[in-house]
Amino acid sequence: MGNMKQCKDLKIVAVEHPNDGYVLLKLTDTEPLPAVRAGQFVEIKVDNSPQTFLRRPISVNFVDEDCNELWLLIQIVGEGTRQLSRLQVGDMLNVLFPLGNGFMQGVAGERVLLVGGGVGIAPLLEYAKQLKQVGATPYLLLGGRSANNLLQLDLFSKYGEVYVTTEDGSMGEQGFVTNHSILETYNSQLSTLNSQLFQRISCCGPKPMMMAVARWAKQHQVRCEVSLENLMACGLGACLCCVEKTVKGNVCVCKEGPVFDINELTWQI
Amino acid sequence: MADIRTNIAGLQMVNPVMTASGTFGYGLEFADLVDLSQIGGIIMKGTTLNPREGNDYPRMAETASGMLNCVGLQNKGVDYFCEHIYPKVKEIPSNMIVNVSGSSPDDYAACAARINELDAIPAIELNISCPNVKQGGMAFGVTTEGASQVVKAVRKVYDKTLIVKLSPNVTSIADIARSVEDAGADAVSLINTLMGMSIDIERRKPRLSINTGGLSGPAVKPVAVRCVWQVAKAVQIPVIGLGGIMSAEDAIEFFMVGASAIEIGTGNFIDPAISVKVAQGISNWLDCHHLESLHDIIGII
Repeated sequence: MGNMKQCKDLKIVAVEHPNDGYVLLKLTDTEPLPAVRAGQFVEIKVDNSPQTFLRRPISVNFVDEDCNELWLLIQIVGEGTRQLSRLQVGDMLNVLFPLGNGFMQGVAGERVLLVGGGVGIAPLLEYAKQLKQVGATPYLLLGGRSANNLLQLDLFSKYGEVYVTTEDGSMGEQGFVTNHSILETYNSQLSTLNSQLFQRISCCGPKPMMMAVARWAKQHQVRCEVSLENLMACGLGACLCCVEKTVKGNVCVCKEGPVFDINELTWQI
Repeated sequence: MADIRTNIAGLQMVNPVMTASGTFGYGLEFADLVDLSQIGGIIMKGTTLNPREGNDYPRMAETASGMLNCVGLQNKGVDYFCEHIYPKVKEIPSNMIVNVSGSSPDDYAACAARINELDAIPAIELNISCPNVKQGGMAFGVTTEGASQVVKAVRKVYDKTLIVKLSPNVTSIADIARSVEDAGADAVSLINTLMGMSIDIERRKPRLSINTGGLSGPAVKPVAVRCVWQVAKAVQIPVIGLGGIMSAEDAIEFFMVGASAIEIGTGNFIDPAISVKVAQGISNWLDCHHLESLHDIIGII
Protein backbone atom coordinates (compact mmCIF):
# COMPACT_ATOMS: atom_id res chain seq x y z
CA MET A 1 0.00 0.00 0.00
CA GLY A 2 2.41 2.63 -1.23
CA ASN A 3 -0.04 5.44 -1.60
CA MET A 4 -0.53 7.90 1.18
CA LYS A 5 -3.99 8.63 2.42
CA GLN A 6 -5.28 12.08 1.58
CA CYS A 7 -8.09 14.27 2.83
CA LYS A 8 -8.96 16.92 0.31
CA ASP A 9 -11.65 18.70 -1.64
CA LEU A 10 -12.31 17.15 -5.02
CA LYS A 11 -14.29 18.92 -7.69
CA ILE A 12 -17.46 17.40 -9.07
CA VAL A 13 -17.30 17.29 -12.85
CA ALA A 14 -20.40 15.20 -13.51
CA VAL A 15 -23.55 14.22 -11.64
CA GLU A 16 -25.59 11.49 -13.28
CA HIS A 17 -28.89 10.07 -12.09
CA PRO A 18 -29.24 6.63 -13.68
CA ASN A 19 -32.65 6.43 -11.96
CA ASP A 20 -34.37 7.75 -8.81
CA GLY A 21 -32.47 5.41 -6.53
CA TYR A 22 -28.88 6.25 -7.45
CA VAL A 23 -26.48 9.06 -8.16
CA LEU A 24 -23.14 8.74 -9.93
CA LEU A 25 -20.64 11.43 -8.93
CA LYS A 26 -17.51 11.95 -11.02
CA LEU A 27 -14.76 13.80 -9.16
CA THR A 28 -11.48 15.27 -10.25
CA ASP A 29 -8.51 17.09 -8.80
CA THR A 30 -5.98 19.60 -10.04
CA GLU A 31 -3.27 17.06 -9.22
CA PRO A 32 -3.18 13.46 -10.44
CA LEU A 33 -5.43 11.31 -8.25
CA PRO A 34 -3.61 8.65 -6.21
CA ALA A 35 -3.61 5.08 -7.45
CA VAL A 36 -6.61 3.23 -6.06
CA ARG A 37 -6.85 -0.53 -5.74
CA ALA A 38 -10.20 -1.95 -6.72
CA GLY A 39 -12.21 -2.55 -3.57
CA GLN A 40 -10.75 0.40 -1.69
CA PHE A 41 -13.16 3.06 -0.51
CA VAL A 42 -13.46 6.74 0.33
CA GLU A 43 -15.11 8.55 3.25
CA ILE A 44 -16.96 11.63 2.13
CA LYS A 45 -18.06 14.56 4.22
CA VAL A 46 -21.69 15.44 3.81
CA ASP A 47 -22.32 19.16 4.12
CA ASN A 48 -25.71 20.80 4.70
CA SER A 49 -27.07 17.71 6.34
CA PRO A 50 -28.02 18.47 9.94
CA GLN A 51 -29.44 14.99 10.47
CA THR A 52 -26.12 13.29 9.74
CA PHE A 53 -22.79 13.74 11.44
CA LEU A 54 -20.25 11.20 10.29
CA ARG A 55 -18.60 10.80 6.92
CA ARG A 56 -20.16 8.33 4.51
CA PRO A 57 -18.02 5.39 3.37
CA ILE A 58 -18.47 4.80 -0.35
CA SER A 59 -16.67 2.27 -2.54
CA VAL A 60 -14.70 3.44 -5.54
CA ASN A 61 -16.78 2.59 -8.60
CA PHE A 62 -14.25 3.44 -11.29
CA VAL A 63 -11.08 5.39 -11.87
CA ASP A 64 -10.76 7.04 -15.26
CA GLU A 65 -7.02 7.63 -15.46
CA ASP A 66 -7.23 9.43 -18.81
CA CYS A 67 -9.62 12.06 -17.44
CA ASN A 68 -8.18 11.97 -13.87
CA GLU A 69 -11.63 11.09 -12.55
CA LEU A 70 -12.80 9.10 -9.56
CA TRP A 71 -16.35 7.76 -9.81
CA LEU A 72 -18.65 7.08 -6.89
CA LEU A 73 -21.91 5.26 -7.54
CA ILE A 74 -24.15 5.97 -4.58
CA GLN A 75 -27.48 4.39 -3.68
CA ILE A 76 -29.78 6.92 -2.06
CA VAL A 77 -30.82 5.31 1.22
CA GLY A 78 -30.99 8.05 3.84
CA GLU A 79 -30.50 11.72 4.61
CA GLY A 80 -26.74 11.71 3.98
CA THR A 81 -26.90 10.05 0.59
CA ARG A 82 -29.93 12.20 -0.33
CA GLN A 83 -27.82 15.30 0.27
CA LEU A 84 -25.06 13.82 -1.87
CA SER A 85 -27.58 13.25 -4.66
CA ARG A 86 -28.32 16.99 -4.67
CA LEU A 87 -24.73 17.98 -5.42
CA GLN A 88 -24.11 19.79 -8.67
CA VAL A 89 -21.34 20.03 -11.18
CA GLY A 90 -18.71 22.45 -9.88
CA ASP A 91 -19.40 21.71 -6.20
CA MET A 92 -16.52 20.52 -4.06
CA LEU A 93 -16.68 17.33 -2.06
CA ASN A 94 -14.29 16.61 0.83
CA VAL A 95 -12.91 13.12 0.39
CA LEU A 96 -10.72 10.99 2.68
CA PHE A 97 -9.06 8.31 0.57
CA PRO A 98 -7.95 5.78 -0.50
CA LEU A 99 -8.96 3.61 2.46
CA GLY A 100 -8.78 -0.07 3.27
CA ASN A 101 -7.37 -2.94 1.29
CA GLY A 102 -8.80 -3.86 -2.05
CA PHE A 103 -9.65 -7.09 -3.74
CA MET A 104 -6.87 -9.59 -4.54
CA GLN A 105 -4.41 -8.44 -7.15
CA GLY A 106 -5.19 -10.14 -10.44
CA VAL A 107 -2.81 -12.54 -12.10
CA ALA A 108 -2.44 -12.90 -15.86
CA GLY A 109 -4.40 -15.85 -17.19
CA GLU A 110 -6.65 -16.39 -14.19
CA ARG A 111 -10.42 -16.45 -14.51
CA VAL A 112 -12.32 -14.68 -11.77
CA LEU A 113 -16.06 -14.60 -11.13
CA LEU A 114 -17.14 -11.23 -9.73
CA VAL A 115 -20.48 -11.49 -7.97
CA GLY A 116 -22.31 -8.28 -7.14
CA GLY A 117 -25.64 -7.58 -5.54
CA GLY A 118 -27.47 -4.26 -5.49
CA VAL A 119 -25.16 -1.29 -5.02
CA GLY A 120 -22.43 -3.82 -4.15
CA ILE A 121 -22.00 -4.05 -7.90
CA ALA A 122 -20.28 -0.64 -7.87
CA PRO A 123 -16.68 -1.57 -6.91
CA LEU A 124 -16.69 -4.53 -9.28
CA LEU A 125 -16.52 -2.24 -12.31
CA GLU A 126 -13.07 -0.98 -11.33
CA TYR A 127 -12.04 -4.50 -10.38
CA ALA A 128 -13.15 -5.91 -13.74
CA LYS A 129 -11.10 -3.19 -15.43
CA GLN A 130 -8.01 -3.87 -13.30
CA LEU A 131 -8.29 -7.63 -13.84
CA LYS A 132 -8.52 -7.19 -17.59
CA GLN A 133 -5.54 -4.80 -17.51
CA VAL A 134 -3.28 -7.47 -15.99
CA GLY A 135 -4.46 -10.13 -18.42
CA ALA A 136 -6.94 -11.91 -16.18
CA THR A 137 -10.46 -12.73 -17.34
CA PRO A 138 -13.32 -11.42 -15.23
CA TYR A 139 -16.83 -12.84 -15.47
CA LEU A 140 -19.60 -10.74 -14.01
CA LEU A 141 -22.56 -12.21 -12.18
CA LEU A 142 -24.74 -9.30 -11.14
CA GLY A 143 -27.98 -9.49 -9.21
CA GLY A 144 -30.65 -7.01 -8.19
CA ARG A 145 -34.24 -6.83 -7.05
CA SER A 146 -35.18 -5.62 -10.51
CA ALA A 147 -33.64 -4.19 -13.67
CA ASN A 148 -33.57 -0.75 -11.95
CA ASN A 149 -30.84 -1.98 -9.61
CA LEU A 150 -28.56 -3.14 -12.38
CA LEU A 151 -26.53 -0.21 -13.59
CA GLN A 152 -23.56 0.29 -15.90
CA LEU A 153 -24.06 -3.05 -17.65
CA ASP A 154 -22.70 -1.58 -20.88
CA LEU A 155 -19.48 -0.63 -19.09
CA PHE A 156 -19.17 -4.03 -17.41
CA SER A 157 -19.51 -5.78 -20.76
CA LYS A 158 -16.33 -4.02 -21.96
CA TYR A 159 -14.33 -6.07 -19.48
CA GLY A 160 -16.01 -9.45 -19.39
CA GLU A 161 -19.08 -11.57 -19.96
CA VAL A 162 -22.04 -10.38 -17.94
CA TYR A 163 -24.65 -12.68 -16.35
CA VAL A 164 -27.67 -11.17 -14.67
CA THR A 165 -30.32 -12.23 -12.19
CA THR A 166 -33.27 -10.23 -10.90
CA GLU A 167 -35.63 -11.23 -8.14
CA ASP A 168 -38.64 -10.05 -10.16
CA GLY A 169 -37.43 -11.47 -13.44
CA SER A 170 -37.37 -8.07 -15.13
CA MET A 171 -33.91 -8.79 -16.52
CA GLY A 172 -31.77 -11.90 -16.93
CA GLU A 173 -32.60 -15.04 -15.02
CA GLN A 174 -35.18 -14.80 -12.26
CA GLY A 175 -33.96 -15.45 -8.72
CA PHE A 176 -30.85 -14.78 -6.65
CA VAL A 177 -27.31 -14.79 -7.99
CA THR A 178 -26.77 -18.21 -6.45
CA ASN A 179 -29.67 -19.53 -8.57
CA HIS A 180 -27.99 -18.51 -11.83
CA SER A 181 -27.39 -21.35 -14.27
CA ILE A 182 -23.64 -20.73 -14.41
CA LEU A 183 -23.47 -21.69 -10.73
CA GLU A 184 -26.13 -24.40 -10.99
CA THR A 185 -24.17 -26.18 -13.69
CA TYR A 186 -20.80 -25.72 -12.04
CA ASN A 187 -19.56 -29.02 -10.70
CA SER A 188 -16.15 -29.09 -9.10
CA GLN A 189 -16.17 -32.88 -8.92
CA LEU A 190 -16.51 -33.43 -12.63
CA SER A 191 -14.46 -30.59 -14.06
CA THR A 192 -10.74 -30.18 -14.06
CA LEU A 193 -9.48 -26.77 -13.02
CA ASN A 194 -8.70 -25.81 -16.59
CA SER A 195 -12.14 -26.56 -17.87
CA GLN A 196 -13.89 -24.60 -15.14
CA LEU A 197 -15.34 -21.25 -16.06
CA PHE A 198 -13.65 -19.54 -13.13
CA GLN A 199 -11.06 -20.32 -10.46
CA ARG A 200 -12.02 -17.93 -7.72
CA ILE A 201 -14.78 -15.55 -6.66
CA SER A 202 -14.82 -11.96 -5.46
CA CYS A 203 -18.12 -10.80 -4.06
CA CYS A 204 -19.74 -7.57 -2.90
CA GLY A 205 -23.34 -7.07 -1.90
CA PRO A 206 -25.84 -7.41 0.94
CA LYS A 207 -24.64 -9.73 3.72
CA PRO A 208 -27.27 -12.49 3.18
CA MET A 209 -26.30 -12.62 -0.50
CA MET A 210 -22.58 -12.72 0.30
CA MET A 211 -23.19 -15.49 2.82
CA ALA A 212 -25.06 -17.48 0.19
CA VAL A 213 -22.20 -17.01 -2.26
CA ALA A 214 -19.66 -17.90 0.44
CA ARG A 215 -21.63 -21.05 1.26
CA TRP A 216 -21.68 -22.01 -2.40
CA ALA A 217 -17.93 -21.35 -2.70
CA LYS A 218 -17.17 -23.42 0.36
CA GLN A 219 -19.27 -26.34 -0.89
CA HIS A 220 -17.55 -26.22 -4.26
CA GLN A 221 -14.10 -25.58 -2.80
CA VAL A 222 -13.64 -22.37 -4.71
CA ARG A 223 -11.57 -19.60 -3.17
CA CYS A 224 -13.82 -16.67 -2.31
CA GLU A 225 -13.35 -13.15 -0.97
CA VAL A 226 -16.13 -10.84 0.17
CA SER A 227 -16.27 -7.08 0.72
CA LEU A 228 -17.98 -6.11 3.99
CA GLU A 229 -19.77 -2.87 4.75
CA ASN A 230 -19.99 -2.76 8.54
CA LEU A 231 -21.10 0.56 10.01
CA MET A 232 -18.01 2.67 10.48
CA ALA A 233 -16.94 6.02 11.85
CA CYS A 234 -13.30 6.94 11.26
CA GLY A 235 -12.37 4.74 8.28
CA LEU A 236 -8.76 4.67 9.52
CA GLY A 237 -8.72 1.88 12.10
CA ALA A 238 -8.79 4.25 15.05
CA CYS A 239 -12.28 4.05 16.53
CA LEU A 240 -12.69 0.25 16.42
CA CYS A 241 -16.41 0.56 15.67
CA CYS A 242 -16.64 -1.42 12.43
CA VAL A 243 -15.17 -4.66 13.74
CA GLU A 244 -15.87 -8.07 12.27
CA LYS A 245 -15.18 -11.29 14.16
CA THR A 246 -12.42 -13.19 12.41
CA VAL A 247 -10.21 -16.15 13.19
CA LYS A 248 -7.76 -13.53 14.54
CA GLY A 249 -10.37 -11.90 16.79
CA ASN A 250 -12.20 -8.62 16.22
CA VAL A 251 -10.59 -6.62 13.43
CA CYS A 252 -11.50 -3.31 11.80
CA VAL A 253 -13.26 -3.74 8.48
CA CYS A 254 -12.05 -0.28 7.43
CA LYS A 255 -8.37 -1.06 7.90
CA GLU A 256 -7.93 -4.85 7.69
CA GLY A 257 -10.74 -5.13 5.12
CA PRO A 258 -13.14 -4.29 3.70
CA VAL A 259 -12.27 -7.37 1.63
CA PHE A 260 -11.76 -10.65 3.49
CA ASP A 261 -11.16 -14.21 2.37
CA ILE A 262 -14.15 -16.18 3.66
CA ASN A 263 -11.75 -18.48 5.54
CA GLU A 264 -10.71 -15.51 7.70
CA LEU A 265 -14.30 -14.91 8.81
CA THR A 266 -16.32 -16.80 11.40
CA TRP A 267 -19.54 -16.88 9.40
CA GLN A 268 -21.68 -19.93 10.05
CA ILE A 269 -21.86 -21.20 6.48
CA MET B 1 1.57 35.49 17.21
CA ALA B 2 -0.03 34.68 20.52
CA ASP B 3 1.78 32.23 22.78
CA ILE B 4 -0.23 29.02 22.99
CA ARG B 5 2.44 26.79 24.43
CA THR B 6 1.03 24.96 27.40
CA ASN B 7 2.30 23.16 30.45
CA ILE B 8 0.03 20.65 32.15
CA ALA B 9 1.54 19.41 35.39
CA GLY B 10 5.01 19.26 33.88
CA LEU B 11 3.89 18.18 30.44
CA GLN B 12 5.31 20.67 27.92
CA MET B 13 3.09 21.02 24.87
CA VAL B 14 3.52 23.07 21.67
CA ASN B 15 -0.15 23.96 21.93
CA PRO B 16 -3.09 23.09 24.18
CA VAL B 17 -4.72 20.68 21.76
CA MET B 18 -4.59 16.96 22.43
CA THR B 19 -6.35 14.08 20.73
CA ALA B 20 -8.72 12.03 22.87
CA SER B 21 -8.26 8.36 23.60
CA GLY B 22 -10.04 5.96 21.31
CA THR B 23 -10.41 8.49 18.52
CA PHE B 24 -6.88 8.74 17.19
CA GLY B 25 -5.58 5.18 17.44
CA TYR B 26 -1.89 5.29 18.27
CA GLY B 27 -1.32 8.39 16.14
CA LEU B 28 0.21 6.23 13.41
CA GLU B 29 -3.15 5.80 11.69
CA PHE B 30 -3.25 9.57 11.08
CA ALA B 31 0.39 10.07 10.12
CA ASP B 32 -0.41 10.48 6.41
CA LEU B 33 -3.04 13.10 7.12
CA VAL B 34 -1.73 15.44 9.79
CA ASP B 35 1.64 16.69 11.07
CA LEU B 36 1.74 14.89 14.42
CA SER B 37 4.43 17.24 15.77
CA GLN B 38 1.84 20.04 15.69
CA ILE B 39 -0.42 18.26 18.16
CA GLY B 40 0.15 19.10 21.83
CA GLY B 41 -0.43 15.56 23.01
CA ILE B 42 -1.73 12.30 21.61
CA ILE B 43 -3.69 10.16 24.04
CA MET B 44 -3.55 6.66 22.71
CA LYS B 45 -6.20 3.95 22.74
CA GLY B 46 -7.26 2.64 26.15
CA THR B 47 -4.87 -0.02 27.38
CA THR B 48 -5.56 -2.70 29.97
CA LEU B 49 -3.38 -5.19 31.83
CA ASN B 50 -4.79 -8.11 29.86
CA PRO B 51 -5.99 -8.23 26.22
CA ARG B 52 -9.65 -7.42 25.64
CA GLU B 53 -11.76 -8.32 22.62
CA GLY B 54 -14.26 -5.55 23.32
CA ASN B 55 -18.00 -5.79 22.74
CA ASP B 56 -19.82 -7.37 19.83
CA TYR B 57 -20.72 -5.49 16.68
CA PRO B 58 -22.65 -3.22 16.23
CA ARG B 59 -20.67 -0.81 18.35
CA MET B 60 -21.66 2.49 16.85
CA ALA B 61 -24.80 4.46 16.12
CA GLU B 62 -24.92 7.88 14.55
CA THR B 63 -27.13 10.33 16.44
CA ALA B 64 -28.11 13.98 16.08
CA SER B 65 -24.83 15.92 16.11
CA GLY B 66 -22.96 13.00 17.54
CA MET B 67 -22.56 9.29 17.90
CA LEU B 68 -22.89 6.49 20.40
CA ASN B 69 -20.21 3.86 20.79
CA CYS B 70 -19.82 0.74 22.86
CA VAL B 71 -16.39 -0.43 21.74
CA GLY B 72 -15.61 -1.75 25.21
CA LEU B 73 -11.87 -1.11 25.45
CA GLN B 74 -10.74 -3.53 22.74
CA ASN B 75 -6.95 -3.69 22.99
CA LYS B 76 -4.17 -6.25 23.01
CA GLY B 77 -3.02 -5.59 26.56
CA VAL B 78 -0.11 -3.68 28.06
CA ASP B 79 2.55 -6.28 27.23
CA TYR B 80 1.66 -6.13 23.56
CA PHE B 81 1.69 -2.34 23.77
CA CYS B 82 5.16 -2.28 25.31
CA GLU B 83 6.62 -4.81 22.89
CA HIS B 84 4.97 -3.97 19.59
CA ILE B 85 3.39 -0.53 19.68
CA TYR B 86 5.74 1.46 21.89
CA PRO B 87 8.74 0.95 19.56
CA LYS B 88 6.70 2.49 16.74
CA VAL B 89 5.22 5.42 18.65
CA LYS B 90 8.22 6.45 20.72
CA GLU B 91 9.69 8.44 17.83
CA ILE B 92 6.50 10.44 17.22
CA PRO B 93 7.39 14.06 18.05
CA SER B 94 4.41 14.76 20.33
CA ASN B 95 3.54 13.90 23.91
CA MET B 96 2.50 10.27 23.57
CA ILE B 97 0.20 9.50 26.45
CA VAL B 98 -1.28 6.12 27.32
CA ASN B 99 -4.88 5.87 28.46
CA VAL B 100 -4.98 3.21 31.17
CA SER B 101 -8.04 1.24 32.19
CA GLY B 102 -8.72 -1.76 34.38
CA SER B 103 -11.24 -3.80 36.28
CA SER B 104 -9.69 -3.49 39.75
CA PRO B 105 -7.31 -1.03 41.47
CA ASP B 106 -4.58 -3.69 41.26
CA ASP B 107 -5.14 -4.03 37.49
CA TYR B 108 -4.85 -0.29 36.99
CA ALA B 109 -1.71 -0.16 39.11
CA ALA B 110 -0.05 -3.11 37.36
CA CYS B 111 -0.74 -1.60 33.96
CA ALA B 112 0.45 1.86 35.04
CA ALA B 113 3.62 0.37 36.52
CA ARG B 114 4.51 -1.15 33.15
CA ILE B 115 3.92 2.17 31.38
CA ASN B 116 6.02 3.95 34.02
CA GLU B 117 9.07 2.11 32.66
CA LEU B 118 8.67 3.58 29.18
CA ASP B 119 10.90 6.64 28.81
CA ALA B 120 9.04 8.17 25.87
CA ILE B 121 5.66 8.11 27.61
CA PRO B 122 5.57 11.24 29.79
CA ALA B 123 2.07 10.77 31.19
CA ILE B 124 -0.90 8.48 31.53
CA GLU B 125 -4.57 9.27 31.48
CA LEU B 126 -6.42 7.06 33.92
CA ASN B 127 -9.78 6.04 32.55
CA ILE B 128 -12.20 5.67 35.44
CA SER B 129 -15.10 6.61 33.25
CA CYS B 130 -15.61 4.11 30.41
CA PRO B 131 -19.36 3.41 30.25
CA ASN B 132 -18.98 0.32 28.07
CA VAL B 133 -17.41 -2.34 30.25
CA LYS B 134 -19.21 -4.45 32.82
CA GLN B 135 -16.47 -4.48 35.43
CA GLY B 136 -14.37 -1.53 36.42
CA GLY B 137 -14.28 1.42 34.06
CA MET B 138 -17.01 3.81 35.02
CA ALA B 139 -17.82 1.84 38.18
CA PHE B 140 -14.80 3.47 39.82
CA GLY B 141 -15.50 6.90 38.45
CA VAL B 142 -19.00 7.35 39.83
CA THR B 143 -18.16 7.36 43.53
CA THR B 144 -15.61 9.46 45.37
CA GLU B 145 -14.41 6.36 47.23
CA GLY B 146 -13.93 4.27 44.06
CA ALA B 147 -12.18 7.08 42.22
CA SER B 148 -9.90 7.78 45.14
CA GLN B 149 -9.04 4.10 45.60
CA VAL B 150 -7.91 3.67 41.99
CA VAL B 151 -5.92 6.90 41.89
CA LYS B 152 -4.15 6.09 45.17
CA ALA B 153 -3.21 2.62 43.90
CA VAL B 154 -1.77 4.04 40.70
CA ARG B 155 -0.07 6.99 42.35
CA LYS B 156 2.01 4.57 44.44
CA VAL B 157 3.56 3.02 41.34
CA TYR B 158 3.44 5.84 38.80
CA ASP B 159 5.73 8.82 39.20
CA LYS B 160 5.17 10.81 36.00
CA THR B 161 2.23 13.03 35.07
CA LEU B 162 -1.02 11.39 36.13
CA ILE B 163 -4.16 12.64 34.44
CA VAL B 164 -7.50 11.21 35.55
CA LYS B 165 -10.40 11.15 33.08
CA LEU B 166 -13.75 11.79 34.69
CA SER B 167 -17.24 10.62 33.89
CA PRO B 168 -20.14 13.04 33.50
CA ASN B 169 -22.55 10.28 34.54
CA VAL B 170 -22.47 11.38 38.18
CA THR B 171 -24.43 13.57 40.56
CA SER B 172 -21.52 15.87 41.36
CA ILE B 173 -18.51 15.79 39.09
CA ALA B 174 -16.83 18.42 41.28
CA ASP B 175 -16.87 16.02 44.25
CA ILE B 176 -15.24 13.28 42.15
CA ALA B 177 -12.62 15.75 40.91
CA ARG B 178 -11.78 16.80 44.47
CA SER B 179 -11.42 13.19 45.52
CA VAL B 180 -8.95 12.37 42.74
CA GLU B 181 -7.01 15.56 43.44
CA ASP B 182 -6.72 14.53 47.09
CA ALA B 183 -5.65 11.04 46.01
CA GLY B 184 -2.69 12.45 44.09
CA ALA B 185 -3.84 13.17 40.53
CA ASP B 186 -1.75 15.79 38.69
CA ALA B 187 -4.57 16.82 36.36
CA VAL B 188 -8.10 15.85 35.40
CA SER B 189 -9.61 15.50 31.95
CA LEU B 190 -13.33 15.67 31.31
CA ILE B 191 -15.77 14.68 30.09
CA ASN B 192 -15.80 11.06 29.00
CA THR B 193 -18.91 10.06 27.07
CA LEU B 194 -22.44 10.37 28.39
CA MET B 195 -24.29 7.10 28.67
CA GLY B 196 -27.00 6.92 26.04
CA MET B 197 -29.20 4.62 24.02
CA SER B 198 -30.75 4.54 20.56
CA ILE B 199 -33.43 2.28 19.13
CA ASP B 200 -33.98 0.93 15.64
CA ILE B 201 -37.76 1.18 15.68
CA GLU B 202 -38.29 -1.05 12.62
CA ARG B 203 -36.28 -3.88 14.12
CA ARG B 204 -37.62 -2.96 17.58
CA LYS B 205 -34.15 -3.37 19.02
CA PRO B 206 -31.37 -1.20 20.43
CA ARG B 207 -28.88 -0.11 17.79
CA LEU B 208 -25.91 -1.15 19.95
CA SER B 209 -24.98 -4.72 20.82
CA ILE B 210 -24.91 -4.08 24.57
CA ASN B 211 -27.96 -1.78 24.45
CA THR B 212 -26.26 1.33 25.83
CA GLY B 213 -23.19 3.26 24.79
CA GLY B 214 -21.30 6.49 25.25
CA LEU B 215 -22.54 9.63 23.51
CA SER B 216 -19.94 11.97 22.04
CA GLY B 217 -19.76 14.76 19.49
CA PRO B 218 -21.17 18.31 19.43
CA ALA B 219 -24.37 17.06 21.09
CA VAL B 220 -22.54 16.79 24.43
CA LYS B 221 -20.59 20.04 24.32
CA PRO B 222 -22.84 22.15 26.57
CA VAL B 223 -22.78 19.42 29.21
CA ALA B 224 -18.99 19.26 28.93
CA VAL B 225 -18.57 23.02 29.26
CA ARG B 226 -20.74 23.00 32.36
CA CYS B 227 -18.75 20.13 33.89
CA VAL B 228 -15.41 21.83 33.21
CA TRP B 229 -16.70 25.05 34.75
CA GLN B 230 -17.78 23.22 37.90
CA VAL B 231 -14.57 21.22 38.20
CA ALA B 232 -12.23 24.13 37.49
CA LYS B 233 -13.83 25.97 40.40
CA ALA B 234 -13.41 22.95 42.67
CA VAL B 235 -9.78 21.90 42.18
CA GLN B 236 -6.34 23.48 42.04
CA ILE B 237 -4.83 21.00 39.56
CA PRO B 238 -5.05 21.69 35.80
CA VAL B 239 -8.24 20.76 33.99
CA ILE B 240 -8.24 19.37 30.44
CA GLY B 241 -11.59 19.93 28.73
CA LEU B 242 -13.18 17.77 26.10
CA GLY B 243 -16.58 17.00 24.69
CA GLY B 244 -17.76 17.82 21.19
CA ILE B 245 -15.04 20.29 20.23
CA MET B 246 -15.13 20.85 16.46
CA SER B 247 -13.59 24.33 16.15
CA ALA B 248 -11.28 26.84 17.81
CA GLU B 249 -14.35 28.72 19.02
CA ASP B 250 -15.58 25.58 20.76
CA ALA B 251 -12.16 25.18 22.37
CA ILE B 252 -12.16 28.77 23.60
CA GLU B 253 -15.40 28.15 25.48
CA PHE B 254 -13.56 25.46 27.42
CA PHE B 255 -10.60 27.74 28.16
CA MET B 256 -12.87 30.48 29.41
CA VAL B 257 -14.51 28.15 31.92
CA GLY B 258 -11.13 27.04 33.23
CA ALA B 259 -9.56 24.40 30.99
CA SER B 260 -5.80 24.71 30.53
CA ALA B 261 -5.83 22.37 27.55
CA ILE B 262 -8.40 20.55 25.48
CA GLU B 263 -8.83 17.22 23.78
CA ILE B 264 -10.52 16.54 20.48
CA GLY B 265 -12.21 13.21 20.08
CA THR B 266 -15.05 12.48 17.72
CA GLY B 267 -14.04 15.49 15.60
CA ASN B 268 -11.06 13.46 14.36
CA PHE B 269 -13.51 11.23 12.50
CA ILE B 270 -14.94 14.14 10.57
CA ASP B 271 -11.63 15.86 9.83
CA PRO B 272 -8.43 13.92 10.50
CA ALA B 273 -6.47 17.19 10.63
CA ILE B 274 -8.92 18.98 12.95
CA SER B 275 -6.51 19.11 15.91
CA VAL B 276 -3.92 21.14 14.04
CA LYS B 277 -6.60 23.39 12.54
CA VAL B 278 -8.09 24.07 15.98
CA ALA B 279 -4.64 24.86 17.39
CA GLN B 280 -4.04 27.33 14.57
CA GLY B 281 -7.51 28.76 15.07
CA ILE B 282 -6.91 29.34 18.79
CA SER B 283 -3.77 31.28 17.96
CA ASN B 284 -5.59 33.31 15.33
CA TRP B 285 -8.46 34.08 17.69
CA LEU B 286 -6.08 35.35 20.33
CA ASP B 287 -4.30 37.51 17.74
CA CYS B 288 -7.60 38.95 16.55
CA HIS B 289 -8.45 39.88 20.12
CA HIS B 290 -5.00 41.36 20.74
CA LEU B 291 -4.17 38.84 23.41
CA GLU B 292 -0.60 37.66 23.86
CA SER B 293 -1.22 34.44 25.66
CA LEU B 294 -3.77 31.74 26.11
CA HIS B 295 -3.50 32.37 29.85
CA ASP B 296 -5.32 35.65 29.33
CA ILE B 297 -8.57 33.76 28.80
CA ILE B 298 -8.22 30.65 30.95
CA GLY B 299 -10.82 30.61 33.71
CA ILE B 300 -12.17 34.10 33.13
CA ILE B 301 -15.70 32.86 33.75
